[in-house]
Amino acid sequence: MDDLAHISPDRFFADRFNVTPSLMERLLGGSLAGRVDDADIYLEYRVNEELVLEENVVKKASRHVSQGAGVRAQAETRTGYAHTDDISLANLEEAARQARAIADRSSAGGALAVGRPGRAHDLYTLSEPPIVTALERKLDLLRKIDTAARAADKRVTQVIASLASEEVVMLIATAAGWTIGDVRPLTRLNVTVIAEENGKREIGSWGGGGRVPFDYFLEAERWRHFAAEAARQATLKLRAIDAPAGTMTVVLGPGWPGILLHEAIGHGLEGDFNRKGVSAFAGRLGQKVASELVTVVDDGTIPNRRGSLNVDDEGTPTGRTVLIDNGVLTGYMQDRLNARLMKMTATGNGRRESYAHPPMPRMTNTFMLAGPDDPAEIIRSVPRGLYAVAFGGGQVDITSGKFVFSASEAYLIEDGRVTAPVKGATLIGNGPDALTRVSRVGHDLALDEGVGTCGKEGQSVPVGVGLPTIRIDGMTVGGTQV
Amino acid sequence: MSAAGHRTDLLVDVLRRAQARGATAADGFLIEEQHFTASVRLGQVDTVKHSRDQRLSLRVFAGRASAAASTSDLSRDSLERVVDEATALARVTAEDPHAGLPDPGELIGAVPDLELEDTAGEELEPEAKIELARQTEAAALASDPRIANSEGAEYWDRRARYAYATSHGFARGYATSAFGLSVAPIASANGEMQRDYWYSAARHRRALEEPAAIGRTAARRALRRLGARKVKTVEVPVVFDPDTAASLVRAVAGAASGPSLYRRASFLLDRLGKRIAAPAVNIVDDGLMPRALGSRPFDGEGLATRRTVLVGDGVLESYLLDSYSARKLGLRSTHHASRDGSGVGVSTTNLVLQPGPATPAQLIGSVKSGFYVTELIGFGINGVTGDFSKGAAGQWIENGELAYPVEEVTVAGNLLEMLVAIEGIGNDLVLRDRTVAPTLLIGRMVVAGN
Repeated sequence: MDDLAHISPDRFFADRFNVTPSLMERLLGGSLAGRVDDADIYLEYRVNEELVLEENVVKKASRHVSQGAGVRAQAETRTGYAHTDDISLANLEEAARQARAIADRSSAGGALAVGRPGRAHDLYTLSEPPIVTALERKLDLLRKIDTAARAADKRVTQVIASLASEEVVMLIATAAGWTIGDVRPLTRLNVTVIAEENGKREIGSWGGGGRVPFDYFLEAERWRHFAAEAARQATLKLRAIDAPAGTMTVVLGPGWPGILLHEAIGHGLEGDFNRKGVSAFAGRLGQKVASELVTVVDDGTIPNRRGSLNVDDEGTPTGRTVLIDNGVLTGYMQDRLNARLMKMTATGNGRRESYAHPPMPRMTNTFMLAGPDDPAEIIRSVPRGLYAVAFGGGQVDITSGKFVFSASEAYLIEDGRVTAPVKGATLIGNGPDALTRVSRVGHDLALDEGVGTCGKEGQSVPVGVGLPTIRIDGMTVGGTQV
Repeated sequence: MSAAGHRTDLLVDVLRRAQARGATAADGFLIEEQHFTASVRLGQVDTVKHSRDQRLSLRVFAGRASAAASTSDLSRDSLERVVDEATALARVTAEDPHAGLPDPGELIGAVPDLELEDTAGEELEPEAKIELARQTEAAALASDPRIANSEGAEYWDRRARYAYATSHGFARGYATSAFGLSVAPIASANGEMQRDYWYSAARHRRALEEPAAIGRTAARRALRRLGARKVKTVEVPVVFDPDTAASLVRAVAGAASGPSLYRRASFLLDRLGKRIAAPAVNIVDDGLMPRALGSRPFDGEGLATRRTVLVGDGVLESYLLDSYSARKLGLRSTHHASRDGSGVGVSTTNLVLQPGPATPAQLIGSVKSGFYVTELIGFGINGVTGDFSKGAAGQWIENGELAYPVEEVTVAGNLLEMLVAIEGIGNDLVLRDRTVAPTLLIGRMVVAGN
């Protein structure tokens, strides 16, 4: 097996495929120069490992290798993209020919616009990346989790524990004449539990991870917390009552409920949708779109986070972009294409699922800054409402602004007290309007545990979210109790 | 491209090598694909993508222990590495009495020709493909002055070759093609914007809907959303249009699939042979329909595709099983194994909720006050309990007529109750995707709004 622990991206691709930065630059100069506004060659090598334990038996043990190169050429608003999973000079030349066909269709505009960006960050250098940790240690942990989840409550009948580990080596060369690489470890541990009682069954799940070593899960017995939370959630839901239906005050707990921001405003502030004028937030820079209590940032520079990157998939170092500053819309998230066309700055948000996809503006870690309030006091301030602390997925229609996110753990608030747990329900709101109803912001900002994956136009990328406890006055809860 | 050929030879070599490394049995799946996508926005080319992909997935058994590995690199070195990794993984995994290949005697004999590959149509030049996307968008933009913007139109095509082989000596392959056209226009009026879309997909290019028809339908769908409002929270009859009804059918299939059942994570657990839906409900999975998008001659374990009645006259007649989940449940495979990079799962083929006698207008006409749903968003289905809660948009029904557009509401219920409460089934079934349904009327659900 390759030594995946200490890789230099340019040496890696040179040794393995005989493709060097100077060769890539020559290809860009020769095939693409002068006819395009921007161009790049992206090389990627990816190893994934997935271990799944069910019924205390290893149900799945798999390892996947994928590698390839994507060549992109852009002229005005047009993009040509071609990729190959066989990295060789001949294939790169063919891909470049296909990609630039798009640029040949008419005379390109100006010269290459993008100069060398700043230095890459160093956010996740690990002495032992999770992909190289011995299988036996990983399987032992999964078995311990199975035991712990079953011991947590005797109503637990099924435990599914999984550990996914990944290592991506990427190298990008741009027509502006520079090359930059990155090595990206990523791991995620998940526990799913089925609990049964009197013929009722419920599911609970918990997980976490990031660009961290395997030992992260052993620190302070973090794995035990995951197992206990999954079991607690499943057994709690066994006694959940029907969720209420209608518009009411909603209090969101800290951490993963930050998916609200991802759906309500995050996608709507991606540069491509705004350049095209198809987002509900298009043309609203400088306008008030949230309560003055609300400041939201997208920050790809937090060490070891799932959504963080040293450089984005176009080679731009990630940054910290203030999207909403005390209620005022201040920024969009940009890749190079949309930044160039909107005469803005690339913010390090150009991301792609793999070499098989061209990049587009995507979020990294998106969260709301902490406010002044005591979380317990926020709950006490609500006479009647919903308190939601855990969520499944969400979705948004960026044009109408309508977004949903589905609570998986929620409670009624009655007379300022958290009372009965309620069944899962979808919450729906309107992006440009929802954050104007934020009336309290807690001092307990937390980032999620590291489980988020965002889908856009068929491409999935790892992301993070975060939120302090907040109160929203008036949000529609999709329960069944009228 | 033609089917099988030397690529099954490559698989057979890999399987031999796995056996030489100590595997007691093995199977492998090879997919080779070629994609082209062109998108056009406001008449201008936006993105053109060419791609070629290949992936070899290998599953090896060491007795009753198994492991999987895959690679996109088919060089000799890489394939050797894949075999080594899979056999090494299999050694650390525990014995599972239900693991194993299907019996060789059950594997498909002759592979039927389901006409899944378009060999008649001449290959279009990229320019001609771009032009199809352009025409689709142009028709949407021309249909009404309120359609002034667009997220763009897309033409795509895909050719794929599949090969499957086992260490028992089985080796078969087949080839497919698929083509698609779609457009997402934006309607605007009085500062409000609404997006909708329409698409057509087919195995044979000439079976695609006309670009102009796709564009006009997409425009009509976007326009009818203008002026949408929220409604008061209420319990009413709900009519699902064919696309949203199909998503309910997909949820039923998910709960009927083997892995959900043996994990006891399904609201259909212990329901085999029992009534789960109104007597008029029939759901059939038929993977043998010629030229259909979901058809395949054999499943991911080499078992012949067939027609399976999932729900017959409201009774759950079958689960959807691969050979592993079948053994776990003490049943036989229903030949629904699917294969991806990470191993074997279960997937449906062409899944159809059979049409009923009523026209959609009759179904809507039977509702005094209710909700006609044309879009569902979010992930609000609990597969263990069947609890259902999703964001929705559509039209409000007043006195049997569509009265005004509705948005920012949810519809909620429980799938087991919803299936039993199906009071009307439309006659408007069109086999335009892998999972399809006609218009459905469900007696009562909670619509949450103001």
